[in-house]
Amino acid sequence: MKFIDEFRDVELAKNVIGRIKQISTRPTRLMEFCGGHTVSIMRSGLRQLLPPTVEMLSGPGCPVCVTANADIDKAIALAGLPDVIITTFGDMMKVPGSYSSLQRARAEEADVRIVYSTQDALQIARDNPTKSVIFIGIGFETTAPTIAASILEAESKGIKNYYVLCLSKLCPPIMKALLDLGELKLDGIVCPGHVSVIIGSRPYQFIPRDYGVACVISGFEPLDILLSVEMLVAQIETGKPKVEIAYRRGVNPQGNKTALVLMDTIFEIGSADWRGMGVVPASGLKIRKKFERFDAEKAFSITTEPVREAKGCICGDILRGVKIPLDCKLFRKACTPEHPVGPCMVSSEGSCAAYYQYGSEE
Amino acid sequence: MCLAVPVKVVSIDGKEAEVEIGGVKRRVSIVLTPEAKVGDYVLLHTGYAINVINEAEAQETLKILEEMASLE
Repeated sequence: MKFIDEFRDVELAKNVIGRIKQISTRPTRLMEFCGGHTVSIMRSGLRQLLPPTVEMLSGPGCPVCVTANADIDKAIALAGLPDVIITTFGDMMKVPGSYSSLQRARAEEADVRIVYSTQDALQIARDNPTKSVIFIGIGFETTAPTIAASILEAESKGIKNYYVLCLSKLCPPIMKALLDLGELKLDGIVCPGHVSVIIGSRPYQFIPRDYGVACVISGFEPLDILLSVEMLVAQIETGKPKVEIAYRRGVNPQGNKTALVLMDTIFEIGSADWRGMGVVPASGLKIRKKFERFDAEKAFSITTEPVREAKGCICGDILRGVKIPLDCKLFRKACTPEHPVGPCMVSSEGSCAAYYQYGSEE
Repeated sequence: MCLAVPVKVVSIDGKEAEVEIGGVKRRVSIVLTPEAKVGDYVLLHTGYAINVINEAEAQETLKILEEMASLE
């Protein structure tokens, strides 16, 4: 496919790997923020091809994985209400909350439907006017504009039975929270490509300025990631960290203005509950008061039991980059994609699922 | 989850476009990319085009990657 196959060329990859080996002289610790990057790296075996000086850690950029148990419990409680249809991206189905999962709720007669798009959720609302249709709105800045668009469309077309459980999260604030924790001593960050399509490169400027950490926005094909690593290593070797865009065919510095305006129309910034990080101020999106009739948390009254975490699961540590799946006693034993204990094994771009599917037994 | 794939715009009808993905056609929303034109490639994320791919920049990136061989 155009814009994909060219960026998987093996000969060009050899060029870039050779170049990285040539310029990398000191131990360099990079984090690929995005779960999509982790999957691409694992699938193509890039970690093994990089010189021993370059270490790559996986970050928290998997929306399903960072959704806190408290929020999953809310979604399950909403599913238990009468005359409610829950619509959700497929990855959320199997994620265990404190006591159950949406999949189990469905087995227990709740109406839970997998959708590909908020457009599909809107259609289900149109087709079921006597039901309340709630979309489980997880995701980062990539997905938030599509949720905003669905709310605006519901308003303009008078679709009164559509609601969103708004769990949208923001990437630059969680990067700041990670850097403030100081657990990792990062030299550079491979910044998320499709988040940056929306927000552009400017929201990352504080990272090199205040933390001295290099930033390169990367696409998702192996060559995109190798080029980003090369650019990061070059910045780090010259001691001049900055924000650069390697994914220029997709990202411009200003981002997508139409999407940003739409997000600002519907959402305001609020705190968000992150697995592994807890509640982080100003790291999420909330539905503005003007549109609160679409807000499932305001429209429905639910109660949830006290939050419980799965015993032995280290998803939180993995999401902060301080541990890897192989450090987990449950990995490949009690926790598998068929019987996941934590969300990092459920999501197709979770670190544990990526290690399970593509990792060696190292 | 932030997965987005390049697809070609075949036709446009108001705020929707028909796009081609590996020979299969489907309708997507272009409310986030009102500038999209027939023949453009857009990045498709959960049923929405989230930007128009910059073809010149794609060529430029490939050129940079090719030139790295001669830097050694």
